[in-house]
Amino acid sequence: MSEANGNVRIGVYVCHCGANIGSIVDCKAVAEYAAGLAGVAVARDYKYMCSDPGQDLIRQDVQEHGLNRIVVASCSPHLHEHTFRTAAGKAGLNPYYMHMVNIREHDSWVHEDRASATAKAIDMVRAAVRRVARHQALTRGSVPIHPAVLVVGGGIAGIHAALTLANAGKKVYLVEKQPSIGGHMAMFDKTFPTLDCAACILTPKMSSVKAHPNITLWTNAEVTKVDGYVGNFKVRVTRWPRFIEEDLCSGCLECIEACVYKEPKFADEFNLGLGKRKPIYIPFPQAVPQVPIIDPETCIQFKSGKCKKSCLAACGERKAINFQQKEQVEEIDVGAVILATGFKTFDPLRTPYYGYGQYPNVYTSLEVERLVNASGPTAGEVVLRDGRKPKSIGIIHCVGSRDVAANRWCSRVCCMYSLKLAHLLKEHTGAEVFNFYIDMRTPGKGFEEFYQQLLNEGVHFIRGRVAEVTDWALDPTEEGKLVLRVEDTLLGVVRRIPVDMVVLSVGLEPQPDAQDVRRLFNISCATEGFFLERHPKLAPVNTFTDGIFLAGCCQGPRDIPDTVAQAGAAAAEALALIDAGSVEVEPNTAYVLEEVCSGCRTCVPLCPYNAISFDLQKNRAQIHPVLCKGCGTCVAACPTGSIRQHLFEDEEIFEEIEGVLANV
Amino acid sequence: MSDLVQIGAKFEPRIVAFFCNWCTYLAADLAGTSRIKYAPNTRVIRVMCSGRVDPQFVLDAFAKGADGVLIGGCHPNDCHYQEGNYKALRRYHLLKRMVRQMGIEEERLRLEWISAAEGDRVRVVVNDMVEKIRALGPLKRQPAAEPAPEEVTAT
Repeated sequence: MSEANGNVRIGVYVCHCGANIGSIVDCKAVAEYAAGLAGVAVARDYKYMCSDPGQDLIRQDVQEHGLNRIVVASCSPHLHEHTFRTAAGKAGLNPYYMHMVNIREHDSWVHEDRASATAKAIDMVRAAVRRVARHQALTRGSVPIHPAVLVVGGGIAGIHAALTLANAGKKVYLVEKQPSIGGHMAMFDKTFPTLDCAACILTPKMSSVKAHPNITLWTNAEVTKVDGYVGNFKVRVTRWPRFIEEDLCSGCLECIEACVYKEPKFADEFNLGLGKRKPIYIPFPQAVPQVPIIDPETCIQFKSGKCKKSCLAACGERKAINFQQKEQVEEIDVGAVILATGFKTFDPLRTPYYGYGQYPNVYTSLEVERLVNASGPTAGEVVLRDGRKPKSIGIIHCVGSRDVAANRWCSRVCCMYSLKLAHLLKEHTGAEVFNFYIDMRTPGKGFEEFYQQLLNEGVHFIRGRVAEVTDWALDPTEEGKLVLRVEDTLLGVVRRIPVDMVVLSVGLEPQPDAQDVRRLFNISCATEGFFLERHPKLAPVNTFTDGIFLAGCCQGPRDIPDTVAQAGAAAAEALALIDAGSVEVEPNTAYVLEEVCSGCRTCVPLCPYNAISFDLQKNRAQIHPVLCKGCGTCVAACPTGSIRQHLFEDEEIFEEIEGVLANV
Repeated sequence: MSDLVQIGAKFEPRIVAFFCNWCTYLAADLAGTSRIKYAPNTRVIRVMCSGRVDPQFVLDAFAKGADGVLIGGCHPNDCHYQEGNYKALRRYHLLKRMVRQMGIEEERLRLEWISAAEGDRVRVVVNDMVEKIRALGPLKRQPAAEPAPEEVTAT
């Protein structure tokens, strides 16, 4: 297997990446070693290969030394393969005559011993030199892009992304699981640090989504199937029945008024069970679409079939109520997808020492958002579950955040929303408010100033993680109160602080179905379960799956301004993709050597994409190059070796194996 | 450059690792960006999917002097190509049997599911495998069989 493919002249470039590689790997020694390998015409080490001068080096050498293959030993191909392929292309070579060796992520960053790290780099470079000699010239295929975008999730991220794209003239499908768009932001009262009312800034955007001619809005709906690839996703959206025909409903809400339940009786999801709703309801007054929904779990008609159906009568001629409504399946073609599926708040039942669920006057921060909200269950009056007004309130920060027993990450927004709630609670009740924090984290525009404002307002700040919330009174002042036991780490004493109301500033977590969504769209999650971006700095809204972008808290905790900025970025990326009109696809597809194929059909059932068909006339398998995704499973399975894979040819991998093991 | 790897008399296993592009290769990248340190004995060969790992690659690696072969793929149900990892698993079980019959200890061939989020798992798996193979010592390869008197050619 030693004879190469034509007259091969290889250039090897070993990157120091500043000190990232150079401090552990002896790059000079690697280059010197490579210079002695068969087929290598030039081998150099250079400080930063990805820089312009580094790439120019390749171009010059191609001209001066007549190179026709390039090996770059630097970082992960996931980071710079495209860069160096482009550089090879600019130098006049076929881009696929370049091969990368990962001596940073897989070597210098994970090893400490210089000798063995250098030996590893040498082995990998040797393998790449042998491999690249076998490389074939390949051309990227081009496929047209469907100029529509699917946005999944109708919180502020999805709304902003959808509007941006729609305003650019693109067709957008916005799919939301809940009966209304708005997401968590719709539940908030005011937003930090400017204290503008969340509804006032959000609801106009919600209405524009509904009114926009380029946006198709499906609420109470879920994406249930995704096929295809960048530019050509085939998506199935299932619209669950809401038992009201959206097209016929005028949004008069008379059906709700007419329901046989005269008073709302059932826990209201939007108000987190603090308020009540009827079986036919609208999640909140500004809901978009302005269409009620019937909950079959509580509606008498669904439960017994023996309701007098006064809602039907109220609807009258419009006939919008349809108890027989079934789910509706929509099949759409889109070129790009933006995932904006948001977050869930930490469940404080997991920190039982804070007494949530045990003491009625322990609330989560989200519940308090509803309590202070003028359209909330108490019309903005902060009253405890027993009807009293709290005279003292304790806000515990970092519940479910920065905690090895729960979630290790900082949820980023809790310090600020705790300050905001402290301000609002003080404003609404005049109570003494205590904040219990580990560190105050206020990095943002106007954030630190807001913190100062709160200090001036006389809100108390106690540094220390609360050990427990208890109703065990030790003296008469604690009688009937909730006592927070905490070590005040600034004073160095353990304190007991009795309050009427406890607010748990719960952290942000991935959605419970994030793993299902991840599988559906074929993307990855990071360790914490948030969706994984392609690069934390340079491609923060891209995923490893081309054509799928991320916006908002599904990628990690962030506040509203950052979410909106990211949603705009995701929309811009999607726009750039679909406006190009076509997309180039990697040529790593499988193909059949007809003269070798025995017609055994082993491969046919292996392909999950049905890319392999069998030509009965020729008695040979055929692979459809557009359907093939390039996994190579059929290649490995073919007993005659007649299926091959571009870029991952058997010879190329055998050369790599021999290369890494040579000189053993 | 075996002189560099085999420092002193201590045996340093050589492990050829086939990592799938979407999960395990990314996990190894994550280990890098997280600066997680592990044994320098693996040499990673990137394939698009663990399903691409031809049994011949594994046997070839052993034949060419590898002391161990590690295959890394996505967790069940998580394959970027839907089910390539299941194909890899099926082949792995057959290969294990075959390798055993060839007198190669089982610990030398390993299949691991390592997702893109599991940088630390790369460390755990690689270190564990290196330790186990170090205890086994270098792979004792059987002498090559006598070549057949006449090459059988396919017609």
